[in-house]
Amino acid sequence: MKVRRYTTQKVAFAIITAAAVGVVIPLVLVLAYIVVQGIGVVKWEFISAMPRGGMREGGILPALVGTIWLTIGTAVTSIPLGVGGGIYLSEYAPDNSLTRTIRMAIINLAGVPSVVYGLFGLGLFVIFLRFGMSIIAGSLTLGIMTLPVIISTTEQALRGVPQSFRVVNASLGGTTWQGIRRVTLRQAIPGIMTGIILGLERAAGETAPILFTVAAFFLPRLPHSVFDQTMALPYHLFVISTQVPGMPIQIQYGTALVLLVFVLTMNVLATLIRRYYRRRRQW
Amino acid sequence: MPRKAKDLDWREFFIEQLIRLMGVSAVALVLLIFLFLVREGVPALFEVPLSNLLGQRWYPTFDIYGLLPLILGSLLVTIGAIALSLPLGLATAVFIREIAPDWVREVLKPSIEIIAGIPSVVIGFIGIQLVSPLVRQFSGAPTGLTALTGVLLLAYMALPTIISIAEDALDAVPESYRHAAYALSATQWQTIWRVVLPAARPGIITAVMLGVGRAIGETMTVMMVAGNAARMPLGWDAFLRPVRTMTATIAAEMGEVARGSTHYHVLFVVGLALFLLTFVINLAAALSIFRERRGGGGRFLA
Repeated sequence: MKVRRYTTQKVAFAIITAAAVGVVIPLVLVLAYIVVQGIGVVKWEFISAMPRGGMREGGILPALVGTIWLTIGTAVTSIPLGVGGGIYLSEYAPDNSLTRTIRMAIINLAGVPSVVYGLFGLGLFVIFLRFGMSIIAGSLTLGIMTLPVIISTTEQALRGVPQSFRVVNASLGGTTWQGIRRVTLRQAIPGIMTGIILGLERAAGETAPILFTVAAFFLPRLPHSVFDQTMALPYHLFVISTQVPGMPIQIQYGTALVLLVFVLTMNVLATLIRRYYRRRRQW
Repeated sequence: MPRKAKDLDWREFFIEQLIRLMGVSAVALVLLIFLFLVREGVPALFEVPLSNLLGQRWYPTFDIYGLLPLILGSLLVTIGAIALSLPLGLATAVFIREIAPDWVREVLKPSIEIIAGIPSVVIGFIGIQLVSPLVRQFSGAPTGLTALTGVLLLAYMALPTIISIAEDALDAVPESYRHAAYALSATQWQTIWRVVLPAARPGIITAVMLGVGRAIGETMTVMMVAGNAARMPLGWDAFLRPVRTMTATIAAEMGEVARGSTHYHVLFVVGLALFLLTFVINLAAALSIFRERRGGGGRFLA
C-alpha cells in the first residue's frame, strides 16, 4: 500500500513537472529562433532608415519612432491619473459602496478587449473630439487601456508600506497629503515604477487599439506633432507579415526581433527594479 | 517660512478632492466606453432587422449581417483554448507553488511574465511562420490557418493569466491545512490533490474566468492565424477549418467601412456585445473573489 502511494506521487509529479517544462520550452525555442532568423538584418541601417521599395527594402525608422511617441504619449496620459487613482484607493477611500463600485470599474476596464478600446478611441477621440487619426488619439486610447494596471499596482505598492510610517507622520503633525507626498509615496516608488513599466510595455506592443486611432499602413516620414498620423512597430509587423506579398522573410523576423527587444527590455527592467528594491528594503 | 494652518487646510481639501476625482474617473470611463459603443452601435438596430442580425450568414457587402457565425467562432476558439490551457496552467501553478525547488521557481516566474509580455502580433507572426505549417502537416487540412491554430496560440497566451491567479489561490491556502494532511500520513501528492486543490477552488474558478476573458478578447493573433472565414463553425472538423471571431471581424473590417454606414454601426454592435460579454465574465470573476475574501482565504485585490 505504502509503495503504491508513492508510485502515484511519482507519476503525478512527473506529469506536473513535464507540464511546467512544456510551458517554458516553446518560449525559449521561439525567442531563440526569432533572434537567429532576425539578427542578420538588424543593423544600424535597419533601425535608422526609411522603408523603401514597397517596404521590402530599407529600414523601419518611422515605425520605431512612432512606437516611441506612442509609448511616451501613453505614459503622459496614464501615469498621473493612474497613480492618483491608486493613491485614492489606498489612502483615502472609505469602505463604502462607491469604493466597491470603483473597484468593479477597474476590474472591468482591465478586462475590456483591446479592439473594443480601439472602437472607443475611434468614437470618442477620432470622430467626436475631431482629433482625427493622430498620435494624440492613439495615446489617449492606449493610456486609458493602461490605466487599470497602473491603478492596481500603485494601490498595492502603497498598501505594502507599513502603517507605522503613516502613524509617525500623523504624530509629527503631518497632514494626510504631507504624509503621502513625503513618506508613503516615496517608499512605494519602486513598486509603482514596476507597475508603470509593465503597463507601458503592454501598450507599446498593442496593435488592436491603434488600428483605427493612429496607425498608418505606410508613411515614410517622421511625425512632426501629436496631431500627425504615424506608423507603429506592432502594426508594421502585422502589415508586412500578412498584407504585403513577396515580403522578404528576414525583414519580417528582423522587425519582430526589434519589437521584442523593445518590449522585453521594459519587462526585464521592471523585474530588476523590483528585485533590487526588495533586497534593499528595510521593513 | 512655515505656511499658515489655514492655507494648509485649503490645500489638503483641494488635493483630496482632486485625488477622489481621479479615483472616480475609473467609473466614469467604463460608462463613457459603454456610452460611445451604444451611440455608434444603436443605429444599426434600426437599420437592420433583428432576424438579419441573428442570422447564420455574414456577408456585409450584401447587407447580410448574421452575427451567429462570429459569436460561435469566438466561443469555439475560446473553449478550445481554455480546455488546453487550464490543465497545463494549473499543473504549472502546482509545480511552482508546491513542488519546485527555489532556484527553479526563480527561473519560472520571470519566464511566465515574459510570455505575458510578448505582443500578440508577434505570437500571430510565429503562428503564421511556425505553428500553421505544423498544423497543416499533421492534420492534412488544405490550409494551416485554422481554428486549431488559433486555439493553440490562444491557449499559450492565456497561460500566464491562469498560472499567476491559480498560484495566488494555492498560496492563499493556509499552511496548517497541509500540516494537518501530513499529520494524517498523507503523501505530498495526496495533500495537493485532496486538500490544497479543493481548498483553492474558488480562486481557480476565477483564474478560468479571467483566462476566458483574455481569450475571447484577443484580436491580432486570431485574426492572423485562424483563417478568417465567417462560416458557421459546425461539424466534426470545425477545428480544422478557418474560423472568424468577433474581435477579428472588427479589426479586419473597421478600417475599410465608410463612417456612419450600416456596416460601421453593426461593427460597433459587435463591439458592444464583446464589451457586455467581458463585463459579465469579469463581474462574475470579481464577485467570486469578493466572496472568497469574506471567507477569509483569498488575498486578491487586498
